[in-house]
Amino acid sequence: MKKAILSGNEAIARGFWEGGGHFANAYPGTPSTEIVENIMKYPEIRAQWAVNEKTSLEIALGASFAGARSLVAMKHVGLNVAADPFFSASYIGATGGLVIVTADDPGMHSSQNEQDNRWYALHAKVPMFEPTDSHEAKELTKQALSLSEEFDTPWLIRSTTRISHSLSIVELGEREEVEIKGYVPDFEKRNLLPVNARKRHEVVEERTLKLREFSEKFWGNRIEEGEDSIGVVANGISYQHAREAIPDATFLKLLMTWPLPDNLIREFASKVKKIFVVEEGDPYLETYLKAMNLGVEIIGKEKIPMTGELNPTIVREALLGQRPSYFEIPKIPHRPPALCPGCPHTPVFYILKRLKANVTGDIGCYTLGALPPLSSMDTCVEMGGSIGNAYGIEIAEAMRGLDPRKKKLVAVIGDSTFYHSGVTPLIDLFHNNGITTVIILDNSITAMTGHQENPGTDVGYRIPKRRVDIEKLVRGIGVEHVYTVDSFDMKKLKEVINREIHRKEPSVIIAKRPCVLLPQMKKRKYTYAIADPQKCTSCTLCWKLGCPAISVTKDKKTWINPDLCVGCGVCIDVCPVDAIYLADPEADNARKAGEEVLGWVKKQQQ
Amino acid sequence: MGKKTTTVIVAGVGGQGILLASNLLSEAAMEAGYDVKKSEIHGMSQRGGDVISTVRFGEKVYSPIVGLGEADVILAFEKLEAMRNLPYLKKEGMVIVNDYRIDPLPVASGYMEYPEGIIEFLKERVKTIALDARDLAEKAGNIRTMNVVLLGVLSKNLDIPEDIWLQVIERRVPPKAIEANKVAFRLGREVAEKAFAGA
Repeated sequence: MKKAILSGNEAIARGFWEGGGHFANAYPGTPSTEIVENIMKYPEIRAQWAVNEKTSLEIALGASFAGARSLVAMKHVGLNVAADPFFSASYIGATGGLVIVTADDPGMHSSQNEQDNRWYALHAKVPMFEPTDSHEAKELTKQALSLSEEFDTPWLIRSTTRISHSLSIVELGEREEVEIKGYVPDFEKRNLLPVNARKRHEVVEERTLKLREFSEKFWGNRIEEGEDSIGVVANGISYQHAREAIPDATFLKLLMTWPLPDNLIREFASKVKKIFVVEEGDPYLETYLKAMNLGVEIIGKEKIPMTGELNPTIVREALLGQRPSYFEIPKIPHRPPALCPGCPHTPVFYILKRLKANVTGDIGCYTLGALPPLSSMDTCVEMGGSIGNAYGIEIAEAMRGLDPRKKKLVAVIGDSTFYHSGVTPLIDLFHNNGITTVIILDNSITAMTGHQENPGTDVGYRIPKRRVDIEKLVRGIGVEHVYTVDSFDMKKLKEVINREIHRKEPSVIIAKRPCVLLPQMKKRKYTYAIADPQKCTSCTLCWKLGCPAISVTKDKKTWINPDLCVGCGVCIDVCPVDAIYLADPEADNARKAGEEVLGWVKKQQQ
Repeated sequence: MGKKTTTVIVAGVGGQGILLASNLLSEAAMEAGYDVKKSEIHGMSQRGGDVISTVRFGEKVYSPIVGLGEADVILAFEKLEAMRNLPYLKKEGMVIVNDYRIDPLPVASGYMEYPEGIIEFLKERVKTIALDARDLAEKAGNIRTMNVVLLGVLSKNLDIPEDIWLQVIERRVPPKAIEANKVAFRLGREVAEKAFAGA
């Protein structure tokens, strides 16, 4: 048997391939991104990026209508975006196997909330698998495809950060070739007019009974015999933590966590004196077990933390009272992530801060503009939220009888986020006579999640695709004041932003520059900037850029790290005493490189 | 080592090659016949934030991560990150630390001070090998072999045969860089040998 060390996400991709998967798409989102990224490596499968999670599920559902085995992957909050088609898909079922992967983020390593998506399975009546390692992630994905067809239902696979981004040993299998059946209309099944939907709801309830029976006998739900004093019920990564923390207990391991196997749970409860429920997030299993009235003491969230991730030490301390022994350290500086040296977003936030604008923000690398020293983003709610939030502030301020322009309201949103869900609130703002200024930070790529193409990507590096031009899109809505400005042209950028926030009409500013980490930008050897300590007056202006290449010497002078600097020259522009200069003005630098890439892009478009 | 699970926390700053190093370690452990799990965090940490990768190997590994006071070795690519992760180390554990400083943003922009005397702080509490891996990487002929120098030090402290390490390095690094990486690995091993001779 061939073995490999795979991450949970790579394993899900492999399982989809082995299970004869045909089509996959996704909107990138940590910790789910690598699933479809890895599926793209298999030539038998068509895989692509979608504009958001809702469209990705709609497209995958359509492919399933036509009998293609399909997969869609998203981060936990992505399923909120896709919730509407998700609930309908449950009624419609699956012709070609349909797998929906939700990757939750307990501990919020890269998310705005810690929601527990197991409730979605219960809520939409969609069966759910939860792997506890990479090998199971692969096997469950593969099986979910055929089970989805057998039970005529979409199938949810719930991962978490520690499943998706942990590597463990996987036994590799071969691909099963499956034909795409082809589209055959089925009006009563797929057109959810109330008259059809009422019948479909009956079908869903009958299906649930069958799935419940299946869950009882499913290989992934099983009792692992141990001592009878303690029984442990656990799911996903919590199973691994608990197995290590309490090795001798009797375990009820659950890989299928909706519907749950009632008889198996009762059998397990009859074998043990008390039950510990070990789960991250909400008391999902605990609530269910307690409602079953098992006649055994059940301990869960009274001891196990409701917030954050678990690990074996936390489980041991919570349930067995074993306190860890460890070295304490004094308070040390934290190391927050920062916008990169040469990042095109930096000048925009620097200017917004100087203008004392009130900024609603959105989700992407540029959310880092909220952190000191840039500190120029008041809100960050969810994908696409910035424009609606700013417009709502405008409405409330106007209702107080104030001129909302005095608030200097600006919504800041990235290119990929704008396509994802920024277009509709801009229509709201425009149509309802709003005047808030919108800045679209266009770096030509979905950068935060590791450079996935989006509809505006100038440089498609896999398959040639049609480009959706942001400026034309915005003008198409009807916005008249649309200005595309070079993000590094700070003088013009400041002038335009200052003018537009005082305009009594809606306006959109597109701040454009390619991401400094694009492959065309990154492969170069750049010169660097030098700060002359004789000329530096310690005015602190360049420190306020928050550039990781800029630091302060002991005698409070600017020092620029030549290893990190890419010679973008933004600090040269902000220095009031000309103390900063490029080491070699003739050599390549990130500013020049960006212009070359943009120039190349323009040629491509003609 | 036998049935016991060994845990190594590889810590440093985004962009230092931590994930490659922990991949090499995982692969070497798998080749040596162990069960292996590795955990890492992507996302925000890529933008110059702190990065941790945990590698665990043994006869049977359950959890891919550990809590406070549980790791056997901290392999730190930057000294402030060694200090940050010290609470995860067993009291009888070991720190291998690159004596190298990268200022985090609160220090660079003048809000906080970089702590003095980190190496001494570590040495007072726990078995510590401190080295200038950047300098040794330069001696090996390629500054990018810094992570392999550190793996060389680590390898002397783990139950994985040297030839397995060398095979994995040969397989995973670009052909042009194989020789420099092998030299870097040996330089790291020498540091560990000297440290034990002196102990």
